[in-house]
Amino acid sequence: MKTLINLSLLSLVVALLCSANIPTNDEMAVGQPSEEVIEANNLCFSCHGQKLFTYYNPELDREIKDNMCDEKIVNEEKFYLSNHRTFQCIGCHSADYESFPHPGELRFEQQYACNDCHGYDDDWAHFKFDEIEEEFMKSVHSTNHDEAFTCWMCHDPHEYHITYRNEENLLNTIAYDNGICLTCHADVNRYQLLTDKEKPNVDLQHSWLPNQQLHFTKVRCIECHAELNDNVLVAHNIRPKEEAVKKCVECHSSDSRLMASLYSHTVKTERWSGGFINGEMVTQGFVIGANRNKYLNQGSLYIFLGTLAIILIHSILRAIYIKK
Amino acid sequence: MGTRIYLYPGWLRFWHAINALMCLVLIVSGLSMQYTDFERYILDFQLAVQLHNIAGVILSFNYFIFLFGNLFTPNGRQYFLFRRGVLKNLFTQLHYYTLGIFRKEATPFPITTENKFNPIQRTAYVLVGYVATIIVIVTGWAYLFPEIVPNTIGNVSGLLINDLIHISMGYFISIFLIIHIYFITIGNSKMKNFKSMVTGWHE
Ligand code: HEC
Ligand code: HEC
Ligand code: HEC
Ligand code: HEC
Ligand code: HEC
Ligand code: HEC
Ligand code: HEM
Repeated sequence: MKTLINLSLLSLVVALLCSANIPTNDEMAVGQPSEEVIEANNLCFSCHGQKLFTYYNPELDREIKDNMCDEKIVNEEKFYLSNHRTFQCIGCHSADYESFPHPGELRFEQQYACNDCHGYDDDWAHFKFDEIEEEFMKSVHSTNHDEAFTCWMCHDPHEYHITYRNEENLLNTIAYDNGICLTCHADVNRYQLLTDKEKPNVDLQHSWLPNQQLHFTKVRCIECHAELNDNVLVAHNIRPKEEAVKKCVECHSSDSRLMASLYSHTVKTERWSGGFINGEMVTQGFVIGANRNKYLNQGSLYIFLGTLAIILIHSILRAIYIKK
Repeated sequence: MGTRIYLYPGWLRFWHAINALMCLVLIVSGLSMQYTDFERYILDFQLAVQLHNIAGVILSFNYFIFLFGNLFTPNGRQYFLFRRGVLKNLFTQLHYYTLGIFRKEATPFPITTENKFNPIQRTAYVLVGYVATIIVIVTGWAYLFPEIVPNTIGNVSGLLINDLIHISMGYFISIFLIIHIYFITIGNSKMKNFKSMVTGWHE
């Protein structure tokens, strides 16, 4: 009986996932892609959706099979889960891409920037795009690389989806956000698109941090590398490495900076804290130094004092009664 | 005066010396990690973490001496807790500590080779030696390798539970230590028991 219920529940979930495997709680409630969009995009996906594609070569008068290089493959599934899932490819790219071979001058196509659409627009005001851009302009990535480093480098135009704001499970957010940094900091080819410098090894650079793997799953890179900013949800001002947080007590203390960064979002919503200092963190784990329990603290203090008191009384009595 | 009996064999004294030292390091470094707001007054956090890890590992390996020593030598028998009349004996000893001692009564359980602990001592040593220490060692190693801790136990983070158990047991051992040190000063002379633990001989 139980398994039957479980099975039917499972199939219900699967059915729901199949019919709408798209996050539904975006604040802007970005809708689902229309039939029309999917139809139009199918042309592009027929070549850009996977490794193998075919085209007709009129000179040879036959179908040619070819491989798409990895960088030009757009993952269809991820695209239709991304923030811009309702877009036609040619909403951002030139409509001339519909022809193949793509016209040579498209190589010099101008790309939109985020704020071409989102800047100074009330619909998007609560995301503070303008302020994020200012922050980004001050960051190492921007100041060192100027034009070449755009928002798209972190916000993959075909895959990025808003996470921190909506995701319930903080661990998923952390993994997602750190994955963004690691697309370059763990990939020489992408890194060296921007600089000729040798790519530092992230693991080695952080070997001073004990439990490195634990830290990297429990905090985001930006916790240590971005300047705190209460005005925006996700701090974007990545500072030079000299300014990165190295002092453990910045996090492992009762006024942990995590409360202003990683937990800034949940801090505002009230939660059961069970007497823990910085209780919001306790839902994810226990950060030594930052999560002390009020009740345990008081209790342990009283037991400690009580022990000392009994010992004191006992030794005074001994001194009085047992004179040598 | 009195007879000399050999109570503490060499391996036990060795284990105990290392154990006591490591416990003190662990307590000081553990407190520094927990109360980082007073960092300036105790140890630097990073140093505390390192010391705590090293001392914890040493204490763990050292623990095998205690375990095997008591498993394979007669000393282990001293720790058999559930003897006839445990409860009654516990109260007898409690009565002695709270009243008898001031009336200069004789100790109800004088030290012999077969029975070097009084009932309260025995209970405390079993709780600390065989329960608290094991728990603190296991949760400590789980801290070192957090991958092995389940992410959630029920609704609660596994690490949270692990950490709370670890810290509570550490606290329990610290309280034990205070009482332990106080009790060994009870005797004919304050330093007598310390001496026994160094030489092995009880007078
Ligand atoms: C017949 C297969 C085919 C179709 C259909 C196709 N493309 Fe391409 N596309 C390619 C190949 C092959 C390349 C890489 C070589 C090149 O740049 O021509 C490419 C490259 C691109 C590039 C990268 C150009 C650059 O400068 O790196 C973009 C952007 C692009 N396509 C967009 C589109 C869009 C948008 C569509 C749909 C409207 C589309 N493509 C349809 C085969 C195709
Ligand atoms: C929201 C705007 C947007 C949409 C929608 C979009 N693209 Fe892009 N695309 C871009 C931008 C911006 C770049 C340049 C990325 C960069 O500079 O890193 C790009 C680059 C590309 C490239 C070249 C990738 C490379 O790194 O060389 C291909 C191929 C491509 N797009 C195909 C597509 C296809 C196919 C679709 C539809 C399924 C699509 N794009 C939809 C904005 C978009
Ligand atoms: C160095 C990488 C990086 C760059 C460059 C970058 N971002 Fe982000 N951005 C992130 C990360 C990481 C997040 C968090 C993603 C998440 O979990 O939703 C984010 C989140 C955002 C959000 C969502 C914040 C919210 O309120 O939910 C916006 C909007 C945004 N970025 C805009 C921009 C704009 C505009 C630019 C360019 C001026 C830019 N970003 C450049 C890494 C970057
Ligand atoms: C606990 C804080 C902390 C976290 C989390 C953290 N970093 Fe760092 N990172 C630092 C510090 C401090 C330095 C400077 C190290 C030094 O100078 O010895 C640094 C250095 C770096 C450097 C510069 C290396 C060099 O030598 O040029 C890069 C790149 C970097 N981190 C990337 C990352 C990425 C990517 C992540 C996330 C996966 C991350 N960091 C997470 C604190 C942190
Ligand atoms: C598109 C690739 C790319 C992405 C994505 C990226 N970075 Fe970088 N990052 C670089 C490059 C290239 C440099 C080298 C800068 C230079 O020239 O000194 C760099 C440098 C850094 C530095 C070191 C600056 C210094 O002082 O040496 C830090 C810290 C850093 N990145 C953190 C991050 C974090 C955190 C993220 C994610 C939010 C991130 N990066 C995402 C490419 C990237
Ligand atoms: C960006 C904030 C941050 C910084 C900086 C930081 N930590 Fe952590 N640390 C954490 C978090 C979050 C955890 C994970 C706690 C959990 O969920 O178990 C953690 C866990 C640990 C743990 C494992 C014990 C535990 O609580 O689970 C140790 C040990 C530790 N940190 C030591 C250090 C040391 C030493 C430094 C300085 C070199 C440091 N940390 C710097 C945030 C930080
Ligand atoms: C928390 C760390 C400690 C633990 C877990 C611990 C545990 C024990 C145990 C189990 C025994 C009995 C050993 C046996 O005879 O089989 C013992 C005896 C003894 N300990 Fe400790 N000890 C600790 C710290 C200390 C410290 C710091 C001192 C001295 C400053 C000390 C002094 C003694 C002495 C003198 C004895 C012998 C007296 C007796 O048999 O009661 N101990 N301890």
